Amino acid sequence: MIRIFIRAAFFAVGLTAASANAEEPFIVVQSTTSTQNSGLLDYILPGFEAETGIDVRVVAVGTGQAIRNAINGDGDVLLVHSRPAEEQFVDDGWGVERFDVMYNDFVLVGPKSDPAKVRGGMDIVEALVAVSGAEAPFASRGDDSGTHKAEMRLWDWADADPTAASGTWYRETGSGMGATLNVASGMGAYVLTDRATWQSFGNRGDLEVLVEGDPRLFNQYGIILVNPDKHPQVRAAAGQRFIDWLIGPDGQAAIASYKLDGEQLFFPNAE
Amino acid sequence: MRDLTLQMASCLSVDGMRITRKGKALLDVPQLILDGPGPTLILGPNGSGKSLLLRCLHGLIVPDRGQVRQDGVALNADHKVRQAMVFQQPVLLRRSVAANLDFVLKRQGMPRSTRKSRIEDLLTEGGLDGKARQSARSLSGGEAQRLAILRALALDPETLFLDEPTSALDPNATQMIERMILRASTRGVRIVMVTHDIGQARRLAADIVMMQGGHVVEHGAAKQVLGAPKSDAARRYLAGGLVT
Amino acid sequence: MQGFASEFSSAMSLILNGDAELWAIVLLSLKVSIFAVLISALIGMPVGAALAVARFPGRRILIVLMNALMGFPPVVVGLLVYLLLSRSGPLGVLELLYTPTAMIIAQVVLVTPIIAALTRQVVEMLAEEYSEQLRSLGVSRLASVPVLLWDARLALVTALLAGFGRAIAEVGAVIIVGGNINHVTRVMTTTIALETSKGNLALALALGAILIGIAVAVNAMVSTLSLRAEQEGLRHA
Repeated sequence: MIRIFIRAAFFAVGLTAASANAEEPFIVVQSTTSTQNSGLLDYILPGFEAETGIDVRVVAVGTGQAIRNAINGDGDVLLVHSRPAEEQFVDDGWGVERFDVMYNDFVLVGPKSDPAKVRGGMDIVEALVAVSGAEAPFASRGDDSGTHKAEMRLWDWADADPTAASGTWYRETGSGMGATLNVASGMGAYVLTDRATWQSFGNRGDLEVLVEGDPRLFNQYGIILVNPDKHPQVRAAAGQRFIDWLIGPDGQAAIASYKLDGEQLFFPNAE
Repeated sequence: MRDLTLQMASCLSVDGMRITRKGKALLDVPQLILDGPGPTLILGPNGSGKSLLLRCLHGLIVPDRGQVRQDGVALNADHKVRQAMVFQQPVLLRRSVAANLDFVLKRQGMPRSTRKSRIEDLLTEGGLDGKARQSARSLSGGEAQRLAILRALALDPETLFLDEPTSALDPNATQMIERMILRASTRGVRIVMVTHDIGQARRLAADIVMMQGGHVVEHGAAKQVLGAPKSDAARRYLAGGLVT
Repeated sequence: MQGFASEFSSAMSLILNGDAELWAIVLLSLKVSIFAVLISALIGMPVGAALAVARFPGRRILIVLMNALMGFPPVVVGLLVYLLLSRSGPLGVLELLYTPTAMIIAQVVLVTPIIAALTRQVVEMLAEEYSEQLRSLGVSRLASVPVLLWDARLALVTALLAGFGRAIAEVGAVIIVGGNINHVTRVMTTTIALETSKGNLALALALGAILIGIAVAVNAMVSTLSLRAEQEGLRHA
């Protein structure tokens, strides 16, 4: 048995050695599920990696968790979409500087039957008032993500506190955008989602876009280098290189050229 | 091969031995001397303390009081390596027949080349030729007990203790084992064996220790104990009566 | 759910046709879990055997604790390992977070108690049976450990496979400490989680089928081996 063990250990070590192209430089980007699930990063990153030889490792979680991970130093670059939280992050000294990268927009999707009668509206706040008035099922991220924060701002403007109805018509999934869309699809609920995730989502069921185009649904993405003064291990040079590329002409062009089903999902707007 | 005069010199004795549990004496043997040639059989009803006495003699159990002496010296580690024991239920390692023997030979530091031929000799002695590679756990009851005895003999012991080794076996298997025991005895191994089978005592014993209620009630030559028992308890046991 | 059947069959054909990316994921899963189980065995088996053979105050409490650790929630383990390996954690300098090594560590924490507890059970049973015989042969308590481990080998392989089953099917811990990074730390379970969140249920299910296949194979081995171990154990019991 000891011999079997030793052989297995060698086997395992061999496997690791074979696959560990470890010396290749890399950075860890803390980002949100929307950039990954939409396929945007898979589309644009190979260009950067080919040009610089820097491997970009993306950890896709909610904006809230991404920021917390970055505060712990577990990432070199932060790419998220909740401007107030991002500015707070920089003000507290965790990040070096925030840059606008791109935007997309949120849409309100819901069941074809549309019990709250919001289809075709241009005013998202009015639509939410109608949904809460009808007590129609609404699925919320409930996970402190960028999308969740945006949704809470909209409810605020609608002068409504849906969390009081949590567990009845208002359902907080506490999970990512995709998981929440799965829930909404399963129970025929309204849900606020970023357009990119919606566009690439494969399990729409009875759901369709009901409200879009309101300027208040604008969803800005920012990018920040994690402060090496706080965490000396941060790969600042490589991280800065990625930021410069993404907000520079090559990165911006790459973002603009990403299309899903012929539709552009993200609009570059770096200064 | 040990010569007989040396064997004669070896003497196992018990002095003031007592084991008490919950105020009850389980074993109370003021004195017992085993120095004769030929097998000693310990005879008595269940619960009379036979197995307990055997374990004390082998050092598996340390008595509350008193001690076991070999040639007048308190039983020590040097003595123990020259003792071996076979249990009622053979405890065989979950390995092949040969590996069970190899285990003890290797522990004795025997070189690999010698071990191989020694194992073959032992298997022949136990009538287990051709079963070397078989799993020890797949042997029949009689074969398993023979292997257990062979493993004990592989230690080349001065004294071999056996605790009712044939109580679960049929007459044929019992006979094979009794022959192995007698051959070992002839070669000079001191045999100390527990049984409750009077016939077996008649066939094997040179001397008999008769026990009852934790006491040695009689110890003497087999002929004398079996033919003309002195104690009442021995008389009744041999007559097949109930002994309480 | 229209077209689910056709979607599923196209996902299955992706698998059966040996899509390179997919197999890299399967291979990484196996690699991480095999490695984790080997390390767990190196720790868990001696610990379990020692607990079975040694007698010391607090032993019962340790055994109860170990058994409780067997049911430790993976997410909590993931969180603890994250806090340990984070750059702001005590082992941050090692830069292990978001690497396969981090996933191996998390799985070792999950699997070691299982292997240790099962080893203790098996070895204790065997030690009871062998105790007098081994003492008669002059084998000390310490020296009896390798003898017992070797003779319990069939049951111990069962314990290893049980540990492997837990490791390979686990998602909560590895997604936290691995980060589910494409080509680096993406394993079967985290891919299933990701594809589910993308709404690609068919692909997720097809990957699940591979995982179920591995689970069935492992369990078949476990039941065959434990049957054999049982036969050996009962023979003279």
